[in-house]
Amino acid sequence: MKLEKKIERLTLFLRLDGELDMHTASKVRQAIDLEIEKRGIRTVILNLQDVRFVDSSGLGVIIGRYKKLLPLGGKLKITNVPPHIFKIMELSGLPKIINFYLDEAHAFEEGRGA
Amino acid sequence: MKTNQLNLTFSSIPENVGITRLLIASIGAQLDLSLNDIEELKVAVSEAVSNAIIHGYQNNPNYIVYLDLDIAGEILKIVVKDEGCGISNIEQAMQPAYSTDPERMGLGFVFMQTFMDELRVESTLEVGTTVTMIKHLKQTPVSSH
Ligand SMILES: Nc1ncnc2c1ncn2[C@@H]1O[C@H](COP(=O)(O)OP(=O)(O)OP(=O)(O)O)[C@@H](O)[C@H]1O
Ligand SMILES: [Mg+2]
Repeated sequence: MKLEKKIERLTLFLRLDGELDMHTASKVRQAIDLEIEKRGIRTVILNLQDVRFVDSSGLGVIIGRYKKLLPLGGKLKITNVPPHIFKIMELSGLPKIINFYLDEAHAFEEGRGA
Repeated sequence: MKTNQLNLTFSSIPENVGITRLLIASIGAQLDLSLNDIEELKVAVSEAVSNAIIHGYQNNPNYIVYLDLDIAGEILKIVVKDEGCGISNIEQAMQPAYSTDPERMGLGFVFMQTFMDELRVESTLEVGTTVTMIKHLKQTPVSSH
């Protein structure tokens, strides 16, 4: 799993590349939690374009970051979800809780009064 | 009729979960399953193996997980076994959204159930857990002309 981070105006853009399972999920959790705690990041935009696999451990980490941000007044947004990844996310009920966007630009615009 | 058997014995480390997915994906490709079916098999195997490591062995890397694949005719049988802590109440454990870990969603058994045709869980406390999953391989329809 490769992680690519970019920070812009207290928004963390995180691109994941690889398979999101119990092995890689802890890496993603640590990366996001570090930015929330150390840098005061309140919006996380997760780009899943290059995620080739996700299971319940991966979904758990995504929803866990959402729940962590919520009481801080923060937000987690998901973009660029490949169709076969969306299918399993849908089965988990994730799209009912977390907002999905076409791409990072759409996710970044929303909620900024644009 | 195709018959094939594979047994994989591996350490209870997170890195090995991906290897079990590679194995089931190769078998699925060999059986000419659709990409969608292969994706679903990968999720089911990933869930069972992750549970063995996370719950059965409580993330202790010094144990052994067993994966047996058995193809006989139109049936693919996948057995994942651990010699870990066992499950005290199987029925409760298999309920959607039930988890003994507050950080988890309790979706593993839901996915196994959804993606496989049959799911059987046998478990004894302090002895271990065996998860048996069966997929019926659809006969490719023969075109009639
Ligand atoms: N191999 C096992 N050994 C011991 N307990 C298990 C085993 N597999 C599952 N369990 C128990 O069953 C519960 C439900 O399992 P399930 O996979 O559905 O959810 P989870 O692993 O808790 O969460 P998720 O799969 O969403 O990450 C677990 O929380 C655990 O208590
Ligand atoms: Mg599980």
